[in-house]
Amino acid sequence: MFGQSILSLVIWVPILAGVVVLATGSDRNAPLARWIALAGALLGLIVAFPLVSGFDTGTSAMQFVEKREWIPVINAFYHLGVDGISMPLILLNSFITVLVVIAGWQVIQDKVAQYMAAFLIMSGLINGVFAALDGILFYVFFEGMLIPLYLIIGVWGGPNRVYAAIKFFLYTLLGSLLMLVSMIYLYFQSGGSFDIQTWHATTLGMTAQTLMFFAFLLAFGVKVPMWPVHTWLPDAHVEAPTGGSVVLAAITLKVGAYGFLRFILPILPDASHELAWFVIMLSLIAVVYIGLVALVQADMKKLIAYSSIAHMGFVTLGFFLFNPLGWEGGLVQMISHGFVSAALFLCIGVMYDRLHSRQIKDYGGLASKMPVFAAFFMLFAMANAGLPATSGFVGEFMVIMAATQVNFWYALIAATTLITGAAYTLWMYKRVVFGSVTNPKVEAMRDIGAREILLLGVLAVCVLGMGLYPKPFTDVMHVSVIDLLAHVAQSKLP
Amino acid sequence: MDMQMLYLIVPLAPLAGAIIAGLFGKWVGRTGAHLATIAGVTVSLIASVLVFQDVLAGHTFNGTVYTWMVLGDLRLEVGFLIDALTAMMMLVVTFVSLMVHIYTIGYMHDDPGYQRFFSYISLFTFSMLMLVMSNNFLQLFFGWEAVGLVSYLLIGFWYTKETAIYANLKAFLVNRVGDFGFILGIGLVLAHFGSLDYATVFARAPSLANETITIWFDTPWMLMTVIGILLFIGAMGKSAQFPLHVWLPDSMEGPTPISALIHAATMVTAGIFMVARMSPLYELSDVALSFIMVIGAITALFMGLLGIVQNDIKRVIAYSTLSQLGYMTVALGASAYSVAVFHLMTHAFFKALLFLAAGSVIIALHHNQDIRYMGGLKKYMPITWITSLIGSLALIGTPFLSGFYSKETIIEAAKLSHLPVADFAYWAVLIGVFVTAFYSFRMYFLVFHGKERFRQGHAHGNEPDAHHAGHHGETPHETPWVITGPLLALALPSLAIGYMTIEPMLYGDFFGNAVYVADRHPVMNELNQHFHGALAMGLHAVTTLPFWLAVTGVGLSAFFYLKRPDIPAAMAQRFKFLYRMLLNKYWFDELYSWLFAKGARALGGGLWRRGDQNVIDGFFVNGSAYLVERFSRLAKAFQSGYIYHYAFAMLIGVFALVTWFARLN
Repeated sequence: MFGQSILSLVIWVPILAGVVVLATGSDRNAPLARWIALAGALLGLIVAFPLVSGFDTGTSAMQFVEKREWIPVINAFYHLGVDGISMPLILLNSFITVLVVIAGWQVIQDKVAQYMAAFLIMSGLINGVFAALDGILFYVFFEGMLIPLYLIIGVWGGPNRVYAAIKFFLYTLLGSLLMLVSMIYLYFQSGGSFDIQTWHATTLGMTAQTLMFFAFLLAFGVKVPMWPVHTWLPDAHVEAPTGGSVVLAAITLKVGAYGFLRFILPILPDASHELAWFVIMLSLIAVVYIGLVALVQADMKKLIAYSSIAHMGFVTLGFFLFNPLGWEGGLVQMISHGFVSAALFLCIGVMYDRLHSRQIKDYGGLASKMPVFAAFFMLFAMANAGLPATSGFVGEFMVIMAATQVNFWYALIAATTLITGAAYTLWMYKRVVFGSVTNPKVEAMRDIGAREILLLGVLAVCVLGMGLYPKPFTDVMHVSVIDLLAHVAQSKLP
Repeated sequence: MDMQMLYLIVPLAPLAGAIIAGLFGKWVGRTGAHLATIAGVTVSLIASVLVFQDVLAGHTFNGTVYTWMVLGDLRLEVGFLIDALTAMMMLVVTFVSLMVHIYTIGYMHDDPGYQRFFSYISLFTFSMLMLVMSNNFLQLFFGWEAVGLVSYLLIGFWYTKETAIYANLKAFLVNRVGDFGFILGIGLVLAHFGSLDYATVFARAPSLANETITIWFDTPWMLMTVIGILLFIGAMGKSAQFPLHVWLPDSMEGPTPISALIHAATMVTAGIFMVARMSPLYELSDVALSFIMVIGAITALFMGLLGIVQNDIKRVIAYSTLSQLGYMTVALGASAYSVAVFHLMTHAFFKALLFLAAGSVIIALHHNQDIRYMGGLKKYMPITWITSLIGSLALIGTPFLSGFYSKETIIEAAKLSHLPVADFAYWAVLIGVFVTAFYSFRMYFLVFHGKERFRQGHAHGNEPDAHHAGHHGETPHETPWVITGPLLALALPSLAIGYMTIEPMLYGDFFGNAVYVADRHPVMNELNQHFHGALAMGLHAVTTLPFWLAVTGVGLSAFFYLKRPDIPAAMAQRFKFLYRMLLNKYWFDELYSWLFAKGARALGGGLWRRGDQNVIDGFFVNGSAYLVERFSRLAKAFQSGYIYHYAFAMLIGVFALVTWFARLN
């Protein structure tokens, strides 16, 4: 019965679950809200499973396609479909949503229903972003997902949450407005279509391509975020509650990177080739500059936020190398960063719940008090430093390999992450986990419980699994990537 | 049994042990943990012996275990290459590892992290085996980083000790500098050979021998030189070659068993192994080989000199390890790969022995590591004494002992090499013989002979020894059999392995195709012409310069430290600058910590405050918000709410528009 509308289910099940959770009302019904939210998140993950089992890795064509009339006046359709690039991202998002609901189980005691509902609705909207094949539909989801996230930071955030939320909102809105203008231009150029795949085939002059390139670059670059439009991210992370940080790092950053593959590269191939140096330069600056900035952070969340920017630099770098290794490396890096950054923000959440501080200097000697936690944290720290056999290695390795094929210097600069990444991550780990206990409050910290072990354990399995056997991931992407690369290699100049 | 099954068992048995001790340590208890890991390593050793015999019978193997990733034509795999080089390494690793496992039962007896320690050393054994058994660059890098990780975990094993957690971070980061070069080397291999599989790469290497690449402006570089040097930078990190040597002495902050296993016998030799494995690539670039030789020579001599002034028993041995790794590197540079690997093997035995013996002394003296507060231990610890003596004699190259054969051959190889830097290397390794003999026996005499100074000693404990306080003044006694047993077991190969194996390993066909030497580099052939059997070589030694240099070194140290201890003290006064330079290790630590640690933080802080906070946020982000606000304040002024204001504005507007239209028409 639902065979033809799996993608619709993937989008609307979490959103409807969110509405139901909202209906439980005030905090008197908080336990009920939590359980409904968990059920909704799990159901959202379950309905996404057919995407994997029914996925044909042999074709780059859109699969699970749904197309219904939506706004006939402007020729906009409710048009959904996934390929090897978007399918893993939908799965990642549905998976992270479950974790986030569990992570907020005890921590959030205030406006529980609203909190859970915001995450569920956001999850559905983000799935919509990844599945939309219609420009207007994409835009609606793309903008829509900002609202729950804005609320999550603004309502459940830290002391400076309003500044962070507004900064985040305005920053991202600024970019997307220019994108809307570009989309309207594409609508006219393509003879009145909002179909993204039609846009892929639309011929465009160099000037138009260049202008639109910068418009889209701003829209997606802010989301990624790329240097120098990254400064909203550390502020947003610091103020966001743990769950917000997890979703922000694991999922919403991927939306920006995804936009490169769905819009910029295939719609504007000539401008992309012409301006590849520009994006590569920004990406390499992100890797080096941000890596150094991360080194001096005193706030753990800020440190991981900066680390995220540096890691996303590898994604954009990989995309503009125009070879399969680089693209798949970038995609693998996106998924891996989803696991690793989620895990690290959860780890910081675990500590924050106990000590109510994110300052590195307030910790020290956790290994004595929380050995199980220390072991998990070590694994994720190593994954963040890109140690082989963890997922963090795979993407970085592929992108460095790809960069060597294009230009030795790109690879050289990118590979400095081996040093800086290890330096900022392990130096933080040393100060937080090793050493003797100096803060008497640390003395009272208890080790992680079953719920936290479950969360971190599941992510540990993902991180190690992907590191030891990434083949299933690249197999899913490969054909889509190869065909898209071939498409991007063709000029679209009239 | 199927051989391929056996290959799998070799690394997986220690991994199983590590998992049992690590994840279920609480349930299996201390005994369960050491039994499980020792069983794992024992199985691995037995399997390695079987594999070794199979290789001796002429069977080699190169195959895939599983496919890690496929990208079109590119297959990245996990697989094994089993040949003589691998089989020998497997034996050395599993044997030394087993000895260290047994020894640990005694050494870590009172430590609360007992199970964790066993888990780590078994995990290390697994990683090291994966490294040496690899048949491709990717898995090599896996093993490379995995041994680095375990080394990091073990140096910082006592995680509350500030020096230990400083040392492990430093070790990891310095190694990462090496890995930075290493991964770029791998990248170039992939970019130009289209594969990461050893066999494929080596087969294609000759056809790319004259390939050049442009890196810096228009200067062409030989591809093989660039790849060779980049890969060797990785080896410089892992094998602690100058100038990436700084981490190894500090790694002594870890428990002694791992100093023996990881920081002497196995992990630090991974770089040597790697270069030997890559001999088909290195043979194509004399520049890369010369680079290797110079680095090795510098390390061999100048790191050895530092051993002379150290007073921490483990640090003396650590500098000795650095120096000996330099010897191996010189041999690699001279295209004498088999000699390097031969020294790797003999060194693994006698250096592991020396470290474990030092650990035995440390235990007996309740974690005192300062040799100035030892002395006269000979009569209290007979087994430790005799095995230490054997280890020291082997190290300085006493004829017929294992170190003699390997070291003597390295010196000869340096002499015969035709590389332009060979002269420098020859003199460096030659003088190094004197230095080695001097510092080794300085330590030996100070520890086992002379006055008993351990009673006056203060507890300068390097390891957590709160509960040992008050033990001083007791008479030291020999350590239990779990400690002395491994010492004896390691003493045997330290005595005899060189004599037994030099002929097949260096001049026979033991290595077969495992190492490749180009005809342009005939060092091995020339060595062969001078070689008339192990016995003759030992007898001939008394007529050679190295022998007398070693004798002088031992004699001088005996005179200085047994008869006239006032002389070295006076010399330290007389040559103050020289002494301070050695004591401060040529100030490398200070330089690096100022340049890199402080420099990076200053740069990062500057970028953050100036770049992110002042320019991007301060000027652009908040600046535009400020502008918008100012503009809207201005605009607000017009929204007065009075009808006549608006009417007046409308009037002006209409007037302006009408004028404009009129002019247009």
